[in-house]
Amino acid sequence: MDLIISTLSRALVAGTPLLFGTIGEIIAERSGVFNLGIEGMMATGAVVAFGVTLSTGSVWFGFLMAIIAAALLSSIHAFICITLKGKQTLSGLALTMIGLGISGVIGRSFIGIPLPDRFSSIKIPYLSLLPIVGPVLFSRDILFYIALFLAIFSYIFLYKTRVGINLRSAGESPKAADSLGVNVNLYRYIAVIIGGAMAGMGGAYLSTAYIPQWIEGMVGGRGWIVVALTIFAYWNPLKAIWTSYLFGGIYILQYLLQPLGIPPSLLMMLPYLSTLIILIFTSRSNLLKRIGSPEALGEPFLKEDK
Amino acid sequence: MKLIIEKNRYISNKKKLLIYLSSLILGIFISSFIFLFKGINPFYAIYKIFSGSFFSLFGLKETITKMIPLLLIGSGLTVAFQGKFWNIGAEGQLLAGATVASWIALNIGPKVDLVIPLMFLGGFIGGALWAMIAAYLKSKLGINDIISTLMLNYIMAQIVQYLIYGPWKGKTQYGFPYTDNFPANAILPLIKNSRIHWITLILGLIAAVLLYFFIYRTKYGYEIRVVGENPNAAKYAGINFIKVSFIIMIISGGLAGLAGVGEVAAIHRHLSYPDQISANLGYTGIIVAWLALLNPLMAILTSFFFGGILVGGDIIQTSFKLPFATINLFNGLILVFALIGMFFIEYKIRIDKE
Repeated sequence: MDLIISTLSRALVAGTPLLFGTIGEIIAERSGVFNLGIEGMMATGAVVAFGVTLSTGSVWFGFLMAIIAAALLSSIHAFICITLKGKQTLSGLALTMIGLGISGVIGRSFIGIPLPDRFSSIKIPYLSLLPIVGPVLFSRDILFYIALFLAIFSYIFLYKTRVGINLRSAGESPKAADSLGVNVNLYRYIAVIIGGAMAGMGGAYLSTAYIPQWIEGMVGGRGWIVVALTIFAYWNPLKAIWTSYLFGGIYILQYLLQPLGIPPSLLMMLPYLSTLIILIFTSRSNLLKRIGSPEALGEPFLKEDK
Repeated sequence: MKLIIEKNRYISNKKKLLIYLSSLILGIFISSFIFLFKGINPFYAIYKIFSGSFFSLFGLKETITKMIPLLLIGSGLTVAFQGKFWNIGAEGQLLAGATVASWIALNIGPKVDLVIPLMFLGGFIGGALWAMIAAYLKSKLGINDIISTLMLNYIMAQIVQYLIYGPWKGKTQYGFPYTDNFPANAILPLIKNSRIHWITLILGLIAAVLLYFFIYRTKYGYEIRVVGENPNAAKYAGINFIKVSFIIMIISGGLAGLAGVGEVAAIHRHLSYPDQISANLGYTGIIVAWLALLNPLMAILTSFFFGGILVGGDIIQTSFKLPFATINLFNGLILVFALIGMFFIEYKIRIDKE
């Protein structure tokens, strides 16, 4: 029983940085902009959160600065993709290189230093006393709940509000949206920057809640897995919740299987291998159900094209 | 008054080159300001990077050594990107080639004298096979090529990690996670007083020239370009997308595999930590291909340039005690400026006075 409880809680914790990133990518892609820079923005978020927490002692301030840093970084991507109509894939890769560079350069001096403050778990009165769900769901850190809230909020925003529907129309048929008076490029700018901010939250979660110490390359491909999870969740923030936690579970599976004598490097392959396998299954059902990416994903919008 | 962005209908090659070069120079100039954060004079840092890599005999030799894998990878990627196949997996394909070559060196090397040609052949096949997984996933199942090639990078790195810590761990390496050193007949000859493994260099130059003719003068090359420029037209023209995807990935993956052979058989002389062998060469190769504007012949120039940047990166790393990641930052910023340059080649800004 204890094993089940600890496994479930660890899966939720391991899934939270993925959830932050996936919601961000969903919002950006829904507006029509593909952002491959998540890995870099998460790395930047992680290092900024860690560094600011270290120097100010306030983990909340660290979290805030991580959001700002990642949002600033994503605005470079927005500028290239939206204003300059550049290649989104290439710009995203550049963003990843820049972000990994920033995290490597700043982070080197943090290696081995313990964090003075961190996001630790809080027991919600009464609810945390419930069997199983109490320790699993109601004894988590505050960012865990923020991520869940953001997922639900983004769903309502994208599907039930005027602004959200406008945002999606910028990604589905920008020309029609434009003729209805939606400022496509402005929507896209805001979506990309919000997406960046959320990737920054994911990074901050890694270094201030998940593992409160600095490890070189601590994002370790999570940013790329997020891009895959976006597809896996059919660009829907609600579905992103369980897909992210599922992948959190796969991360935890590595530790569970270790006592069985499987070589660690083969276990470390699991998240990446699972990503491929899940994409294979998703692509099949996507073809059957005719669900696809936002229609205008990856295409710049030029008003004069009309 | 209003700014209007329009597509450029015509732009002369001279103007194109001018815009392009100035955006690169501007990129290098502005990215050098990152050194200010570490209290280093940016001009001095640029001077260090370029004087160390291009303006000394020793530096030049090292630049060419680093250029070799970049040329093989970069020229192969020009073909992939012309066909809009986002092969981000050169890193893993390089490792696949290095792994196969290592197996041949250690197992066939002691028995067969002339083992080097076999290593190159095996390396090409290894890289190509690993890349074909992504070709299959994209063309048959419609899976995003960027994600599949990236995931395959991580998986391949773990396979190498498994081999060097497990079954392939050398008996003569004092417990280090390396394979045994290659026998002498499996080590590539070097140009005297340098680390330039000339066989691989010649292979790279031949590849660049052949690919130029392949992409611009052959039927398959034409089909690849049509798929890249207009996938719908390609469908109506009866071009087989599956075949094109496989050709693209066999070429770019195989060449990355050859780069891996060069790295293990000349530089490391055994298989060791995956990130030391691939060393971001696969990702740098992407920039090499794009800065060459997807022209395989131009990749000779851009790989030489980025070989120099890598050597310069090593120099500033040791002389200013900067982490290796600095070069990532530098590469990323140069790419951003190249993208800005591409905008001014493709579009023009008109001021409308209404």
